[in-house]
Amino acid sequence: MKANIIVTLKNGLLDPQGKAIEGALKSLDIPGVESVRQGKIFEVELAEQDAAKAQALLKTACEKLLANTIVENYRIELA
Amino acid sequence: MRAAIILFPGSNREGDVHRALLSVTGQNPAIVWHGEHELPAGTDLVVLPGGFSYGDYLRCGAIAARSPVMDAVRAHAQRGGRVLGICNGFQIACEAGLLPGVLMRNKNLRFACHMQHLRVERADTAYTSHYQKFQVIKVAIAHGEGNYTADAETLARLEGEGRVAFRYCDVEGHIGGGANPNGSANDIAGIYSENLKVLGLMPHPENLIDPLVGGTDGRALFESLLAA
Repeated sequence: MKANIIVTLKNGLLDPQGKAIEGALKSLDIPGVESVRQGKIFEVELAEQDAAKAQALLKTACEKLLANTIVENYRIELA
Repeated sequence: MRAAIILFPGSNREGDVHRALLSVTGQNPAIVWHGEHELPAGTDLVVLPGGFSYGDYLRCGAIAARSPVMDAVRAHAQRGGRVLGICNGFQIACEAGLLPGVLMRNKNLRFACHMQHLRVERADTAYTSHYQKFQVIKVAIAHGEGNYTADAETLARLEGEGRVAFRYCDVEGHIGGGANPNGSANDIAGIYSENLKVLGLMPHPENLIDPLVGGTDGRALFESLLAA
């Protein structure tokens, strides 16, 4: 089973990298860019075939390592 | 004092802190590989040194914080043992749950690498007894992710419990404004654990122990530890 895990910064936290990218997009004259925030995607391949079990397993992976839940949110999408 | 310096892949300040400890204590600290499951018997102080453990992959300090040896370091801290995390070591200590909060990317996106003044917030801990309260010291900083961040409740608790160890200041000891190199909350450069046994700080006191290389303001931290 394949899964994508999307990790994003929590709202309200300053994202200097996102700000820099936002500035670069504006300097490229791409119209209407109002804000950019940078996150991460992890593509994970799992031996587990059961969706509920895979979901639980990936939740553990996020809590233990992939996201720092003090400042980041995560979302698990099973393919 | 028996000190153990943990060596992670990508650490690069272990030699500096080894030299500082040897110079002040006269004893050779142990160097402990991150894959070990135990600390040397009788370890009083664990040092998590600076560097770029695991190339800062995922998040600074995140992978090092999950190394086998960190269970032993956590157990050492739970027994009331001392842990000093410097720079990347501070990031590792936060990721390992030894200290609250997280070190985020510097607000101005610049890698901050210069001499920096700090105010010593209290002089009654095992790390600072050889300083004066509110003494202004000059040490080196070198980091891209030193912007200390925590939720409002955690910050209030740190302040209320006197757990801020050092704050960024200017040469006269004025806190904040342009003296803050990275956007750190409340100008925090270093914090203690609840029992004051764990200290994490972004600056490098281990590099300021010899007049030949720019000053000796870091030396008192190691002298304090020796006397503790």
